[in-house]
Amino acid sequence: MIRFLIARLSQAILVLFIMSYVIYGLMGLMPGDPIDLMISSTPDMTSEDAARLKALYGLDKPLTERYFNWLGAAFDGDLGYSRLRSMPVLDALLPALGNTAVLVGVSFFLTLLLAIPIGIYGALHPYSKTDYGINLFAFVGVSIPSFWQALLLIMVFAVLLGWLPAGGTDIGGEGGAWGGLIYLILPIANLTINGVGGHTRYMRASMIETMRQDFIRTARAKGIGRKRVVFKHALRNALMPVITIIALDFGNLFSGALITETIFAYPGMGKLIFEAVMGNDFNLALVALLFATFFTLLGNFLADVAYAELDPRIRLGGKSR
Amino acid sequence: MSAHPQDTERSMLLLAFHRFKKHKLALISIVVLISLAALSMSAPLIESLMGVDMERVDLYNRFASPSTEHWLGTDELGRDTFVRLLYGGRISLAVGLAAALAGSVFGTIIGLLAGYYGGRTDAFLMRVTDGVIALPFLPLLIVLAAVDLTKLGFSEEFVYGDDVNLYRIVVIVALVGWTTVARLVRATALSLRERDFILAARGLGASNLRIMTIHMLPNLVSPIIVASTLSMGHVILLESVLSFLGLGIQPPLPSWGNLLTNAQELIWTAPALAFYPGALIFASVMAFNFLGDGLQDALDPKALER
Amino acid sequence: MTHTVLEARNLKRHFISHHGLINRTTQCVQAVDDVSLELKAGETLALVGESGCGKSTLARCLTLLDKPTAGEILINGEKPKNDLKQYCRNVQMIFQDPYASLNPRLPVGVIIAEPLVIHKIGSKQERRNKVLELLDVVGLRRSDINRYPHQFSGGQRQRISIARALALNPAVIIADEPVSALDVSIQSQILNLFKELQEEFNLAYLFISHDMAVVHYFADRVAVMYLGSIVEEGVTEKTLINPLHPYTRALIDAAPLISKVKRKHGDALKGDPPSPLDPPSGCRFHPRCSYAIEACRSQRPKLEGSGGHKVACSLSDSLHLTPRRRLEGGWA
Repeated sequence: MIRFLIARLSQAILVLFIMSYVIYGLMGLMPGDPIDLMISSTPDMTSEDAARLKALYGLDKPLTERYFNWLGAAFDGDLGYSRLRSMPVLDALLPALGNTAVLVGVSFFLTLLLAIPIGIYGALHPYSKTDYGINLFAFVGVSIPSFWQALLLIMVFAVLLGWLPAGGTDIGGEGGAWGGLIYLILPIANLTINGVGGHTRYMRASMIETMRQDFIRTARAKGIGRKRVVFKHALRNALMPVITIIALDFGNLFSGALITETIFAYPGMGKLIFEAVMGNDFNLALVALLFATFFTLLGNFLADVAYAELDPRIRLGGKSR
Repeated sequence: MSAHPQDTERSMLLLAFHRFKKHKLALISIVVLISLAALSMSAPLIESLMGVDMERVDLYNRFASPSTEHWLGTDELGRDTFVRLLYGGRISLAVGLAAALAGSVFGTIIGLLAGYYGGRTDAFLMRVTDGVIALPFLPLLIVLAAVDLTKLGFSEEFVYGDDVNLYRIVVIVALVGWTTVARLVRATALSLRERDFILAARGLGASNLRIMTIHMLPNLVSPIIVASTLSMGHVILLESVLSFLGLGIQPPLPSWGNLLTNAQELIWTAPALAFYPGALIFASVMAFNFLGDGLQDALDPKALER
Repeated sequence: MTHTVLEARNLKRHFISHHGLINRTTQCVQAVDDVSLELKAGETLALVGESGCGKSTLARCLTLLDKPTAGEILINGEKPKNDLKQYCRNVQMIFQDPYASLNPRLPVGVIIAEPLVIHKIGSKQERRNKVLELLDVVGLRRSDINRYPHQFSGGQRQRISIARALALNPAVIIADEPVSALDVSIQSQILNLFKELQEEFNLAYLFISHDMAVVHYFADRVAVMYLGSIVEEGVTEKTLINPLHPYTRALIDAAPLISKVKRKHGDALKGDPPSPLDPPSGCRFHPRCSYAIEACRSQRPKLEGSGGHKVACSLSDSLHLTPRRRLEGGWA
C-alpha cells in the first residue's frame, strides 16, 4: 500500500509542478503586461525606460527562465506583490482562504449530515413514494445550475421575503454574532443543496448495491435483526465507495464555491481568483490558482488514501498497479 | 467461454428500445429536448412571425409585462424577452453540441488508443486523463477564457471578430469535457481487445490502424453515445457559467448564460428575467441527464448479453 | 511425395509474471516447452491435450500472433522474416468460438473479403467474385453475402470463418478446436467440409482438439500434449490402438462413447492437472501415472522413437498399454 500511495503522491506533486508552469505561462497570455500597465499610469515614461524596466524585471527573458526565477523566489517565501490589493500576495490570500474554508467546511458537513441518512433511507425503502421523491430531488440538485439556484435563493429569501441579505459579509462586525452569520446562510445553503443531491444519489446507489449482496442475505438468514444488519454490516461496506466519492468531491468544492462567492459577494478564494484574473493582477492570480490546484489535488490524494485503506487488494499488497 | 445469445441485430436494437421505453423520464426528456431544439432553431422564423426584432431596443418599453406583442415582456433595454430566449437557446444548444462533439472525438481517440495498445500507452494516457480530471476546472476555465489571443500570434482583427468568440468557448469547454468519454471508451476497448475477431483480424495481417477504425470503432458506438449524451449536460452548464461570468458568449449575442449576467442587479426590479433563462438551462441539463441515464441502461452491454 | 510445409523446431514460449510488492517474486510459466513438429502438405496433424496444456499458445506462436521465446519456425523451409503480414498468406487460423470470431458489425461479404483488401489483391469486382466463389466452396448461399453474422447459426459461422481463412490461399490452416463449440450433429458436417477442402486445395491442417473421437475420424497423425510438451506422436490409427504413453491411453479411455459396450472403470487418471506455474520434477506426468517409478521423478524423458511413432516415457519399452476399448471410426 505504501508503494501505491507514494506513486500517487509523486504523481500529484508532478501534476502540481506542471500546472504551475502552465499557469505561469497562461498568465503571460493575459491581456496587458505589468510594464504596459505601468506605462499607462505614468504617461511620461519613454519606450527606452519601458525597455529598461522590462530588462530590470527580467520580463524579456524566455518563459522557462522567468518561471524558474519565480519558483526560486517562491521557495524563499517571496510570493510576489498584489497589484490590485496593494499588499503582499500572501496577505491577501490567507484571509480569503480562511473565509472559503468556513463556507466550504460548513456546507460540506451539512451535506454529509443530510445526504447520508437520506440516501440510506431511500435505499431501505426503494421505489416507494418517498424514495421516488428523494430520487427526483437528488436529480434536480445535480442538474440545477448553481448560479441560477443562487439567484433563486436570493429572489425568494431576499427580495420576496426579505429575511436574508442578498450578499456580502459583515466584516465590520456591527451585527454581533448573528449579524455575521446571517450573511453565511444563503451561500452555505446554495452549496449544500447542490452537494446533497449528488451525494444522496451515491449513498443510495451504494447502499442498494451492498444490500443486494449475498453476505447480507446470509446475515438475515442467520436471524440477525434488520436494524443490526443495516448498521453493523451493510453500512460499513456501503460507505466505502461513498467515502471515495466524498474525498474526490472535496477537490471540486473549489469550483462550486467560486460561483457562490461571486454571486453573494463573499470574500473567499473563489471570488479572489475571479477578480485577480479579471483585474490582471498576475501575481495574485498565479498564486491563488496554484492554491486552488493544490487543494484540489490534495482532495484527490486523500481520496486515494481512503481508497487504498478500504480496498483490501491495495492495502494488503499484490500487483502494484 | 461465455455463451453468446443468438440475437439478431434487429432484436438487439429492439431489446434496447424496449428497455429505453421503460424510462418514462428519458422519453419525456427526448420530447423536451426536441421541442427546445426545434423552437430555438426556428427562432428567426418565430421572430418574423411575431413581427418583432430581437435587437430592437425600445427604451420606452423597458421591463414590460407579458403582452400579446411581447409574450414574455421585455428586458432592461426594451428588447423582446421571448425571442431573445429563443436565440439564446440557439447559441447555447449549438455551442453545447459543438463542444460535446469536439470533446467526444478527442475523448474517443484517447480512449481508443489507451484501450487498444494497453500497457505503457494506456498507463500514460490514463495518468494524463486523471491529471486533467484532478484539476479545479472552473478557475482554469476562467483563466483560459481570459487569455488574450493576440499574444499567441493571432492578428487583432481575427481575435475581435464575432465568430472567434464562439469557437473559443467551444474549444475551452471541450478541453475539459472530454474525459468522461475517454474513460468509458477505454473501458470498453480494453474488453473488446480480447475478443477473437480482433485476434483474427491481426491474423489476417491487418494493421493496428485498420483494426482500431474498422473493427473496434463500430463496436464502441454504444459507450460513445452514452458518454456524449451525459457530457452534453455538463457542457451546457459550463458554457452557461462562463457566459454568466462574462467570459463566454459576449452580449449583444444572447446565450442563456449571459442573459442572466445582469439579472443579479435586476433581481429587485424584474425577477422574472432572472428566472426564465436559468429555467431553460435547468430543463435542458436535466433532460440530457435523464436521457443519458436511460441510454446507459438501455445500451448496457451486460444487460444485452442476458 | 509430400513436402513439409510448416516446421517448428524446439519452440518455447514462457510467460513471466511478477508478484508481490515488497518481496518481489518472479514466476515463469512454460506454456510451450520445447515443442518440435512437422506439417506436410495435404496432411492433418491433430494436437490433443487437456485445457491449459499449451495448445492454444502453440497455435498462436505458429501463426506468429505470439512471439516464441526460443526456437524456430520454418515455412516451406525458410524462416519467416518476422513479418506477420507476409507470413499470414501461408498460415491462417480458425478459432473455436464461432460467435466471437466474426465482427458482429460487418456483413459477411466484407468479412470474407477483408484479407483480400488488406493485401490489396484484385479489383473490387474480382474480390466480389472471389467472395462468391468462397461462399460456394464452404457451402453457403451466395445471397448470404450481405447478411450479418448474428443471422447465422454456429455451424454456418464456422463456414464463414473457413471461407475467410481460405481467401488468401494459404498452405496451412491451424484450427483451434473448430468444432468443439458446435452441436454434435453439426460437427460432422463441418469436419466433412474440412476434409473436402483439404483434398481440393492440398491444405495442411494442424487440428487442435480435446476430443479423441474427432481426432480418430479426421487426423492422419496425432501428437499428444501435456503441460507444454509433446509426450507422444505418431500415425493416428497406430497411436490410438497402441498408445505408448500412459497419458495417451488415459485420454483414449476417457473419450465419451455412446455405445452398449460397458467401460471398465479402472486406471482413470489420478489427481488433478498440475499447475503450469509449478510443474512436477522429472517426467511431468509422473504424479498421475500408475506406472511411475523412482526414476520418473528425477529424469525428464525425451521424445524419441522409431517408425514415425515417438514417445517421451522412460518405460516405453516395457509398458504394454492397450486401451480398454477400441475407438470405432465414425460416430458411435
